[in-house]
Amino acid sequence: MAIDLPRPRGESLRAWGFLLPALLWTAAFFLLPLAIMAVYSLWRRVGHKVETDISLQNYENFFAKSYFYESLINSLEVTVLVTFISILLAYPLAYTLAEKVPSRWQRIALIMAILPFWTSYVVRSYSWLLVLSEGGIISNFLLDVGLSSEPISLANSRSATVIGFVHFFVMLLTLTIFANLVQLPKNYRRAAADLGAGPLRTFIYIIFPLTLPGIMVGAFLTFVLCIGDFITPAILGGKRELLLPQTIMLQIERRSDFPSASALAMILMMVVSMVYLGCARWLRLDRL
Amino acid sequence: MTSKDHPFSVAQLMRSIAIGLPLAGVFSVAFSLTDSARAADELNALVWCDHTDPALIEPFEKEHGVKVNLKEYEGTGAALAIVEQSQPGDWDVFVIDGVDVPTVVDAGLLAELPQDQMPLDDVFEAVQMRDVTFRDGKMYAIMEKFGYNVISYNNEKVDPEDMRDLNSLWSDKYKGRIAVYDYYIPLMDLVALKMGMKPSDITADVLPQMKEELFKLKENSVMVGDVVASSTALAVGEADILIGGGEWAVAVLAAEQSELDWVLPDQGGVLWSQSIAVFEESKNKDLAIEFVKYIMSPEGQARLATSSCFWGMPANAKAGDHLNDFQKSALRWDEQPEFQAKSHRYFIPDAELDGQMLDVWTEFLQH
Repeated sequence: MAIDLPRPRGESLRAWGFLLPALLWTAAFFLLPLAIMAVYSLWRRVGHKVETDISLQNYENFFAKSYFYESLINSLEVTVLVTFISILLAYPLAYTLAEKVPSRWQRIALIMAILPFWTSYVVRSYSWLLVLSEGGIISNFLLDVGLSSEPISLANSRSATVIGFVHFFVMLLTLTIFANLVQLPKNYRRAAADLGAGPLRTFIYIIFPLTLPGIMVGAFLTFVLCIGDFITPAILGGKRELLLPQTIMLQIERRSDFPSASALAMILMMVVSMVYLGCARWLRLDRL
Repeated sequence: MTSKDHPFSVAQLMRSIAIGLPLAGVFSVAFSLTDSARAADELNALVWCDHTDPALIEPFEKEHGVKVNLKEYEGTGAALAIVEQSQPGDWDVFVIDGVDVPTVVDAGLLAELPQDQMPLDDVFEAVQMRDVTFRDGKMYAIMEKFGYNVISYNNEKVDPEDMRDLNSLWSDKYKGRIAVYDYYIPLMDLVALKMGMKPSDITADVLPQMKEELFKLKENSVMVGDVVASSTALAVGEADILIGGGEWAVAVLAAEQSELDWVLPDQGGVLWSQSIAVFEESKNKDLAIEFVKYIMSPEGQARLATSSCFWGMPANAKAGDHLNDFQKSALRWDEQPEFQAKSHRYFIPDAELDGQMLDVWTEFLQH
C-alpha cells in the first residue's frame, strides 16, 4: 500500500510556479471569454442594436424555433455516427499495429496513420468533395467496373460529411487505442491462455475491457471536435441540412446577432459538458 | 522557519513564473508590436476577394509607394464583427455590399467622400444609387462593381431556352441538378419574380407562400452554397444550374469552360452591387481616398471587373475602353441596357422584415 507523504513546501511552490502561466493563460483566453459569452447570451439583439437587459429570450428561441433545435439534433446524429464508425474502423487498425506489425515497422506505420493530420483541414475537405462528386474517382470507378450505369454523386450530403469526418477521426482514435494496447503486459494473454481461454475469449474478457480508456478518450475527443466543427459540413454537406455550428455562424454572418450565437454556443458547451460527465470515469489519461 | 529551510523559496517561485510568463505572453506581445508598427504609408482595407488580385493592387502600391494590407471577408455581418473587435482607426477602406451601405452609414462608420473627385457621372445610371450612398446631401460610398443574380448554367447539360423561364427550375425536369446560391436577399427576390411579384412587394404576408416555393426549390436542388461552393458545384459538374448565379459565377471561367453560361430570365433579374467607402476613423484618410479614386478610375475598374476571384461589370462605363472583346462578351457588355432595364435592385427590408426573411431562409436551409 502506497503512503502519500506530504510534499516539501518548496516543491509545492515550484509546481505552482510552473502551473501559474498556464492557469493565467486559461483564465485570460478561456474562462474570461466564456464568462463574456455567457453574459452576451443573456442580452438580445433588437433591430440593429443589442439590448443589454438580462433576458432568457435567446434560450427560449432555441426551443421555439424548430431550425435551432433541429440543428442540434442533426449535430448529435452526425457526431454519434462518426464516433461509432471511427471506433469500428480504428480499433482493428490499432490492434493490428500494436499486435501484428513488428515493432521496427510500428513507427513507420504510425506515421502513415497520422499522415492526414499533415494536410490542411480545408484542403482535405475540398479533396473529398472532388473524390465524392459526380465526376470524381468513386463515380468513375463504379462506371468503369460496370457497377453503375450512370455517374453518381455522394457529395453535398450527410454521407459526405460523415466520410470527411471519419477519415480524420479514425487516425485520432487509432493513436489513443494504440497507446493503450501497447501498454498491456503480454503476461495477461499468457495467463488467460494458461487458464484455457482462447484468443477470442481473451480479447472479449481481457483485452477489450482494458482498452476502454483508450477508446473513451479517443471517442470523447472525436465527439468534441466533431460536434463543434463548422468547416467539414459547410464544404461537404452542401447545406442540405444545418448542423449547430453552422446555425451559430448564420447568426453572426447574416444577423450580426452575437447574443443569439452566444446562447447557441453555450448550449453546445452544455451538451459537451454532459457528455464529459457521462464518460468521465473512463477519461483518465494516466491509464493510457 | 527561514527561507533557507526550503530549497525552492518564493523567490524561486517568482523565477519559475518569470520563465513561464514570457512564453505565455509572447503571442500577445507579438500581436501588439505588429499593430503598433503599422506605418503611415500603409493602407488597411476590408474587402471582398476580388480586391486581393495582385494585378489590381500592385499598380496602386507602386504608384504611391505604399503597402495595401487586405483583409478578405464574406458577409457584412462578419465584416462588422471584425470592425467591432478592432481599434478605431485600424481600418481605412471598406468594400461593402451596396445593400448594406445605409446600415453602415447609420452606424457612423463611414467618412464623407469628396463628390467632386468621384466619377459619379461616369457610373452606369442603374448603379449610381444616390438614395443608398448619399445621406443629407453628403456622399458616403460609391458603387464600384455590379452584376446580376440570375441563372448560370452548363449549356451542354440543359436547354438554354428553359433557363429563360424561372418556372423551369421548379419543374421535375431539372430535379437534383440545381445549386442554390446561399444569400437570402437575391434568392427571395428571384422567388418573388417567379411568383409574379416585384422584390419590393415582399411583405410578411407573402412569406408563407415564399417559404413553400423555397421548399419546392430545395427538393429540386443538389446543394446550397456560398460564392465558392456554389460556383465550384457548377464548374465541376456537381450541378448543371446555379440559381442566383450570373456573370460572377462563370465569366472568370469563360476561357477554360466555354460551356458555362448565364442568362437573365424573362421574369427579370436581381442586380447586385458592391460599393467602396472610407472609414470615418481612418488615420490615412487622404491615402484611402486616393485608393478609392484609383479603384474608380477606368483602368482600376477594368482590373477589378476581371479580377482573378470573380468577374463583374465595372460601375464606371468608361472602363469599357480598357476591356477587350472577349472580356466584354463574357460580361455581356452590349446587352447591359436591356439587362439593367429588366433588373430589380436588392430589396432592402426593414429590420423586422429582415429578421422574418432570415427565419424563412434558415428554415429553407434546414428543410
